[in-house]
Amino acid sequence: MPLALEGSQAIARAVALCRPQVVSAYPITPQTHIVENIAKLVADGALDCEYVSVESEHSAASTALGAAAAGARAYTATASQGMLYMSEVLFDISGLRVPLVLTCANRALSGPLSIWNDQSDSMAVRDAGWIQLYCTSNQEAIDTHIQAFRIAQETTLPVMVCVDGFTLTHTMEPLELPAQETVDAFLPAHRFARMLDPQAPLTIGTMVGPEAYSEVRHDHHHALLAAADNILRANADWAAASGRDWGGLLRASGPADARIGILGLGSLIGTLEDAAEQHPELPPTRIIALRAFRPFPFEALQAICADLDELVVVERAISPGAGAIVAAEVRAALSELPRAPRVHAVAAGLGGRDIGIGLYPNLLEVAQNEKIERFRIIDLDPQRLPEELSA
Amino acid sequence: MTAVPIPLSDLRRRQPRFTGISPGHRACQGCGELLAARLVTEAAGPDVVVANATGCLEVTTTNWPDSAWRVPWIHSLFENTAAVASGIEAALKAQSRSSKVLAFAGDGGTFDIGFQALSGMIERGHNVLYVCYDNEAYMNTGVQRSGSTPVGAATTTSPAGKERLGKRHLKKDILSIIAAHYMPYAATATVAYPADLRHKVRRAIEVEGPTFLLVHSPCPQGWGHDGSRTVEVARLGVQSGLVPLIELERGAVTGVMPIREPRPVADYLKAQARFRHLFADSAEAARELQHLQALAEHNIERYGLSAPGPEAHDSEGADTVRRGGNQWA
Repeated sequence: MPLALEGSQAIARAVALCRPQVVSAYPITPQTHIVENIAKLVADGALDCEYVSVESEHSAASTALGAAAAGARAYTATASQGMLYMSEVLFDISGLRVPLVLTCANRALSGPLSIWNDQSDSMAVRDAGWIQLYCTSNQEAIDTHIQAFRIAQETTLPVMVCVDGFTLTHTMEPLELPAQETVDAFLPAHRFARMLDPQAPLTIGTMVGPEAYSEVRHDHHHALLAAADNILRANADWAAASGRDWGGLLRASGPADARIGILGLGSLIGTLEDAAEQHPELPPTRIIALRAFRPFPFEALQAICADLDELVVVERAISPGAGAIVAAEVRAALSELPRAPRVHAVAAGLGGRDIGIGLYPNLLEVAQNEKIERFRIIDLDPQRLPEELSA
Repeated sequence: MTAVPIPLSDLRRRQPRFTGISPGHRACQGCGELLAARLVTEAAGPDVVVANATGCLEVTTTNWPDSAWRVPWIHSLFENTAAVASGIEAALKAQSRSSKVLAFAGDGGTFDIGFQALSGMIERGHNVLYVCYDNEAYMNTGVQRSGSTPVGAATTTSPAGKERLGKRHLKKDILSIIAAHYMPYAATATVAYPADLRHKVRRAIEVEGPTFLLVHSPCPQGWGHDGSRTVEVARLGVQSGLVPLIELERGAVTGVMPIREPRPVADYLKAQARFRHLFADSAEAARELQHLQALAEHNIERYGLSAPGPEAHDSEGADTVRRGGNQWA
């Protein structure tokens, strides 16, 4: 039976179902409700774990690293400035091949200060060597967290589960929370083969010279590419256990004969799907939710886009001076196709600007541009721009 | 050949003690930090997990594929050692494992960049012994001044010149800051008194909670003295009063190593090139020397270090020599 849960509360309870042994937490909006809910579960005796209230995000990530290296199932959560502050540690966690799970409650970056949602934070650490999974809904967030713990321990790679701040984290809706037995059957007891143990002392985190550093990076890169199989298996096994299939690396909806595609990450997918339903008069559209951004699903993306003429990528972040982030990678992947669709890039919903149904017709207009849209922010308010830029 | 029975006492002496760091590491001759770390790991024993900050101790002992460590050891970053140790300790607790967690860092990683994580670790009461190997500058990067560098010391970023006499700021009183966290046990030690150091390690490990040890560790390269004089220089630091050896429990002084025959700070300073400019023929140099002498006297006064009678024989020092090889067996 579905429960009425806030997204953050649902994520906290999903994490608790995975029996983490160490949770480190430092508060930042809009992640706070997640760590507050976990703290309450611990306080109520519903979750038996070491809850470490650290003094910074840098230490949140470091404490999770230490715990995971000592063989514990570890979890932490952050957003925005917190993600940037811990970014040094994020690279180290993945480089040392220490598995743990982190929730990113996606939020814009300073300055200027914004507490509202976009995906600048997780995009800024896309090269940190983590698996990155983006959730389109709170139900997907519940299921993805459970899958993430299994993917992490199978691959000895850290997994970042990205959920749009406020849009998902602070929305209450009816959600299915799996039974503890279902999760226990899906998620084996945590084991880390290289754990710190006086009975079998290992040295972790040595200094590696030019004679081996490239090979370490090669291994890391290929471990991430190979993790695609683990993501697919976790998704399939969880679909069998729960009846909910989130597509693995990506998923698409819409009529099979669609020649126009729209690709995005996160909660805007639901909005676009609703919009497509409300606008049957518009051309048929394939809406593609990119679930795994790392590893980047080259083959799956090529397969789903092979018969498209136009593809509009909706960015929830910007790389100033270049523009597109996701579309740049999508273009590179699709360039290998014999007949690639034109790829347009627009950003929308930066710093919490509302993404409504009205975005959808605008995206289809972009798809029918004479020229390829290299990149622009599609929902600008010209009134707020200096005159010389508003034309 | 018939076997000659060996007396039990001899066997005990020959029995190699556990040591956490093997020989063959790449530290400089006479490195105070490596000596200190060896003594600490010997006293701590094998049932430990070490989190180590970036620095000389890390880079000289773990050049892949070699490692000098015989205990489980992890290096993550420069400033997060206390947080990594916190995580290890939390994991051990969650798994009902009883090994002691040790955190090792230099003075840069403790006084400066790693201070926030250390303060958090102590405030949260993690059962970790944090050892700061204090060589009073960023030695691994080439002798730059840190919050621990003493006033008047020349480093590459606080050089002595026509207008400056080395570092212009006082060494941070880290022990008092640590003690202000209602610290169960915090102490200073030095490589010059190994028995005292070992005693303090064992005392710190017995405490179920955070403990802190500041180990004065000369750096021949950075301080400018011969590698053979490491222990002598460290000892002069104590005897001059500049390096007080004290124990604090919950902020109260519970132990001091008395100074029976105080030496002028000039004896300590003259032994090191980093203070050479203080012996120039100038009023400023003389004033800075007086300043350092006053700091030493302040320590002696503040901690009550003066004690009558001749210098006590450091019996455990002899013990250290015996462990160094077969010549005493």
